[in-house]
Amino acid sequence: MKILVPIKRVIDPYVSIRVKSDNTGVETDNVKMSMNPFCEIAIEEAIRLKEAGKAEEIIAVSVGNQSCQETIRTALAMGADRGIHVLIDQTVEPLSIAKILSKIIDQEKPGLVISGKQAIDGDNNQTGQMLAALTDMPQGTFASKIEIDGDKIQVTREIDGGLQTIKLNMPAIITTDLRLNEPRYASLPNIMKAKKKPIDQKTPDDYGVDITPRLKTLKVIEPPKRQAGIKVENISELVEKLKNEAGVI
Amino acid sequence: MTTLFYIEHTNGKVSDQSLKAISATKDLGEEVHGMIAGTSIESVVEEASKIAGVSKIIHIENDEYNNILAEKLTSAIVNISDSYNYFCAAATTTGKNVMPRVAAKLDVSQISEIIGVESSDTFIRTIYAGNAIATVQSSDAKKVLTIRPTAYKAAETNDTGCEVEKINPENIPNISEYINEELTKSDRPELTSAKIIISGGRGMQNGENFELLDKVAAKLGAAVGASRAAVDAGFVPNDYQVGQTGKVVAPELYIAVGISGAIQHLAGMKDSKVIVAINKDEEAPIFDIADYGLVADLFQVLPELEGAI
Repeated sequence: MKILVPIKRVIDPYVSIRVKSDNTGVETDNVKMSMNPFCEIAIEEAIRLKEAGKAEEIIAVSVGNQSCQETIRTALAMGADRGIHVLIDQTVEPLSIAKILSKIIDQEKPGLVISGKQAIDGDNNQTGQMLAALTDMPQGTFASKIEIDGDKIQVTREIDGGLQTIKLNMPAIITTDLRLNEPRYASLPNIMKAKKKPIDQKTPDDYGVDITPRLKTLKVIEPPKRQAGIKVENISELVEKLKNEAGVI
Repeated sequence: MTTLFYIEHTNGKVSDQSLKAISATKDLGEEVHGMIAGTSIESVVEEASKIAGVSKIIHIENDEYNNILAEKLTSAIVNISDSYNYFCAAATTTGKNVMPRVAAKLDVSQISEIIGVESSDTFIRTIYAGNAIATVQSSDAKKVLTIRPTAYKAAETNDTGCEVEKINPENIPNISEYINEELTKSDRPELTSAKIIISGGRGMQNGENFELLDKVAAKLGAAVGASRAAVDAGFVPNDYQVGQTGKVVAPELYIAVGISGAIQHLAGMKDSKVIVAINKDEEAPIFDIADYGLVADLFQVLPELEGAI
């Protein structure tokens, strides 16, 4: 079985975000970039399935500009076998990405797709679900545990009230939540080996997908700043303030 | 045309989250129909039919809809999609699971977790963990939206109910199966509807110490939450998590205990009315947004707090 893992290159989660002064977006020049944390969890889960003998090949796919190749190399260094890079310089919406991925699925016929539940830049949380819709596959979103059982996969999902377990026909789309696993770091020898692993470079035209955006970002602004309040000395002062000044208890 | 809003329900009640989020639909300027799904839910259907602003309830009545699976709910929505031009739900784990699937089936982009409607095609939402606010215009004829409940007040209730239409959907997909749910049992209110929340971070050191927060929460009638760091460290389950990748809350009072204040956490709570921070590190960034800060050892002051209220 092949596992397809879509991954996204995003601003590193520990970098502070600066809104551009012309309000057209967020500053990305000379900013440290990383693999989206949920995508690292997806790669890790695929590697664990391969190590457990449940999968033969892991394909990491990224859609975006030339630098996405670095992110694919990171996935290869972690343990993915080969990469597909779909080169696009403009911003692509989740729907377009899902359309491209669905064409890749037609060609590669993976038994499982594992993606991150959301990217920490756009905070959309859409691509996996859209891909499942376009391929008519079942979806196990926000997964904290997966277990392959013959031609089905049991998925434990993080839901608002606790955990939900569902069983899906395979092939299926899984999106990862935090507790699914803890991703490994790539070792130096594996980083060296990853340089020799193949990355196929493609364009949206290769897949015949129209990526015309449906959404236009009119402006991006900074959120209103919250002012720091006061420091209190002890609990009795705190309780007094909450009762008499703020009136919240 | 008309707006279709998917109404969630639990334990025989319409979900608070849906009641809040549905308030956004009046800004869309269209007639609003509510969709509700399940069997033997007459009292919930009646409650839903009295939500102010809703002119019709579509009741999906079929046993396959007693536990919601994305594949089946999507199919029920898409079946009747010709009559609607907006498709909305609260940005809960159910809304987030289902609505992108609906959008892709309709070949439209989805707009996630809006916090405002600027006009019939323009919406406001946060990106980058709330570090930026984007105004987004959609050119799709049909629009699929999830709505962040904390941005809205719960809809009012009418005395009499609106029309209810029952639908038994055809061709229900059979590619997924519900097994079970393990819901976190707690005497405390739910995080997303609580008026007071007390949350713990890595500073709590272990899961047992969350007992200290529970005791204060019991006195205040508060919900207990946690930072991602505390969830990652295995102190508490993921459904406690407040932040960019967890729940977004906006209570009257938010007490952050042993939480440093990473941007990912602030994304989930910075719209709280009053924020209290208790942390022994006076440099912790949480103090920059707290109305009241107390630099102290939480193990010493939590029992004091419990005693003082």
